[in-house]
Amino acid sequence: MSKVAEVNHKKLRPYGDIMDDGTVQLSFTLPVEISPEAREAAVQLTQKMGFEQIKVATMEKASNGFSFFVIYAKLQHTVDFTQIKVLKVDAPKRSREEIDEIIKTQIGRKLIVLGACTGYDAHTVGIDAIMNMKGFAGDYGLERYQWLDARNLGAQVQNEELLKLAVQENADAILVSKVVSQHNIHIRDMKELMQRAEKMGLIERLIFVAGGPRVTHPMALECGFDAGFGVGTKPSDVASYIVQEFLKRQNQRKEGKQERSNERETDRAHASVKTQAPKKKPVLKMGKLEKRGAGGLK
Amino acid sequence: MAHLALDKKLIEQCRNFAIRIAQPVEKLIDTHTTVAIERAVLRLLGVEKAVFQGGGKSSGENSVQSIPEVNLIIEDLRREGALGNGVLHWFVNGMIQTKMPVQELATAVALRKVNLLKLEKAPQEAVRAKATELCMKAKDFLISQRELRDQHRKGQGKDKVKDPFDPEGKNGPLLYVIVATGNIYEDVIQAKAAAQAGADAIAVIRSTAQSLLDYVPHGATTEGFGGTYATQENFRIMRGALDEESKSLGRYIRLTNYCSGLCMPEIAALGAMERLDFLLNDAMYGILFRDINMKRTLIDQHFSRLIIALSRIVIHTGEDNYLTTADAIENGHQVLASQFINERFALHAHMTEDLMGLGHAQEMDPEHMNVFLLEIARAQMTRDIFPKAPIKFMPPTRHKCGDIFYSHLMDAMFNFVGVLTGQTIQLLGMATEAMHTPLLQDRWMSIKSAKYIFNGAKDLGKDIEYKPSGIIENWGAKVLQDTHAHLEMIEKKGLFKAIEERAFAEVKRTETGGKGHDGVIARAPDYLNPFFELL
Repeated sequence: MSKVAEVNHKKLRPYGDIMDDGTVQLSFTLPVEISPEAREAAVQLTQKMGFEQIKVATMEKASNGFSFFVIYAKLQHTVDFTQIKVLKVDAPKRSREEIDEIIKTQIGRKLIVLGACTGYDAHTVGIDAIMNMKGFAGDYGLERYQWLDARNLGAQVQNEELLKLAVQENADAILVSKVVSQHNIHIRDMKELMQRAEKMGLIERLIFVAGGPRVTHPMALECGFDAGFGVGTKPSDVASYIVQEFLKRQNQRKEGKQERSNERETDRAHASVKTQAPKKKPVLKMGKLEKRGAGGLK
Repeated sequence: MAHLALDKKLIEQCRNFAIRIAQPVEKLIDTHTTVAIERAVLRLLGVEKAVFQGGGKSSGENSVQSIPEVNLIIEDLRREGALGNGVLHWFVNGMIQTKMPVQELATAVALRKVNLLKLEKAPQEAVRAKATELCMKAKDFLISQRELRDQHRKGQGKDKVKDPFDPEGKNGPLLYVIVATGNIYEDVIQAKAAAQAGADAIAVIRSTAQSLLDYVPHGATTEGFGGTYATQENFRIMRGALDEESKSLGRYIRLTNYCSGLCMPEIAALGAMERLDFLLNDAMYGILFRDINMKRTLIDQHFSRLIIALSRIVIHTGEDNYLTTADAIENGHQVLASQFINERFALHAHMTEDLMGLGHAQEMDPEHMNVFLLEIARAQMTRDIFPKAPIKFMPPTRHKCGDIFYSHLMDAMFNFVGVLTGQTIQLLGMATEAMHTPLLQDRWMSIKSAKYIFNGAKDLGKDIEYKPSGIIENWGAKVLQDTHAHLEMIEKKGLFKAIEERAFAEVKRTETGGKGHDGVIARAPDYLNPFFELL
């Protein structure tokens, strides 16, 4: 017998210092003065969240009329880890050299990538880290790739303008960086871009990638994008995805051509299963994501 | 206080480069005006109403859709090519002809009931005399507001107030925090809470991209993105709330707003009228990070700084931002070079050194070996080269992520460097930087730990010396050397050309590119604006 309990993947719980102890640290502010009643209110709220053995580590006066709490408690809920499914960006991680080589040999021309902070977002930290020569955390930016024609359009590029440029420049991919997320403005802007793109018939033609601290892959998909990248993404992650997706579409187009020439002999439904017609879910109407708020997007 | 042994001759040469770099720009400033300067002139005279332009029903408070009268008046004059004479040339003549007072005439012109260009012309001397009289009155008002503010800083009788600010940082760094809810009334709650926790200065961060609006929104506002609109009414509401809080705490709380972007001179005018203490004011920031046309914003900056000098508002410059796009270890010289240039432009606008809150930041890669030695070198160097300036020190942002505990620690080290090197205005970092605008508890936690460090290491800087030719001193010397070379290059090329070639923050901007270029107007020989003589 093992000296320590095994991880129970069917009933997963947080770990403090003993397996399955369910320990969680919490902190929040209540808009009331510190008092024994405020402490009790904090405990009761924590109970309602599904915690037991609640210890209020500290109750501090943050200012007149506000009390701040740090709490440790044991979580009663569990999740079944074996049943968890997450949508992930599906592309093998490649180095800059490998990516350049693949484009050179399998595509034979430079891929054109436009990057921008859209709407009124003026925070270029993210797009700069991905696009600019220098890159981020030792990973060179897309401008450095020999076989990428990467252009950073900077801040506050309007959606309409971005798509117009993409058509004009014959772009292969668009990178959109969204930093400001107050009132879910990032989601609204992202959806608006995709609605415009759909109207202009660009959905199949371009690869749409979103990035930002509040961006996740599932959330980007829900907005109609092809992929979403969050904090800590390196330029080579993005480049790996773009190349992978481009090749996938290139193959689909090739197969599509073949398919058309074989159409008379082949059952259409059967063919589409075989070639896995590209995803392209319709762009969602506004509302669903916004109502969930930022918390629902994690 | 421990100092770095820096080459004084090199510093002097840097200042001489800055003088020569600024000269051609100063010539441009003296021969041009802008739509924003002319709008500011009308605002100083007291024009403050707006016309609702949105569709549907007017809520009466709907600020973003209300176009200020000053915009309507100036835009009509610009379209007719009449702005080169200065708005007062036309407006004061209008007052003489119609016998209307300022606000009444402004409304009539804005609603196009009076056409300033079609009125009979009074003799030029009469117009000039009346314009001067109006501007004198406006100046007197600014002075009285300044004096009122100075009184609030002392308090009265039993409501005596302490003022913790010392430009040279002798009382330790000023605790400075930001509120940014989007709703000015919610901002008041957050600002008061921060003051109660120990903050000395509050900035109400602006709604994203307000700097690109070519007008100042009107009235009290409750909606914004990433911040709250800067409006005259919002200034009044927040200053009033902080006056109350200062009185109850017995400590004067400063108010900051953002005087950059396309309305720079107008925000300076409104800030001066509403008794603001600090204004972020930096053309270079607008050029590089907001893509505002360089001529426009440098001309605007000069007029705004004339107002700021009279009202004795402390400006904050934005060099800290360079280190968010360019590597902070490699590019310290860009910050220092820009500070020398900014100092020069401020002197040109009659500002004294104690009003120049030159900005910089602690943004180096936290995992770099001996990173704190390099940060100490840069911070101490800034303090020593500008000994009288209220240096503004900005916290780490670039290398922060969702690990709030690590972020909190980064802020602690930033605070330690700040107190050790005698920084004047310390914007406190937030553990939740890069996640959301600060929650009340984020700010409270940040203030509490800053107080702990500022108090615990208060006199450390006085009790140590830097080892001659040690890592710290050598790094300071290297950055100064690099700065010297950088300024020499900029002087040779000219400021505009140098910016085009990415001299700052790795950003490229062109002389005629960027927003607001069409708002730059050459002054006519009879250009009338007595403020240029009076301020």
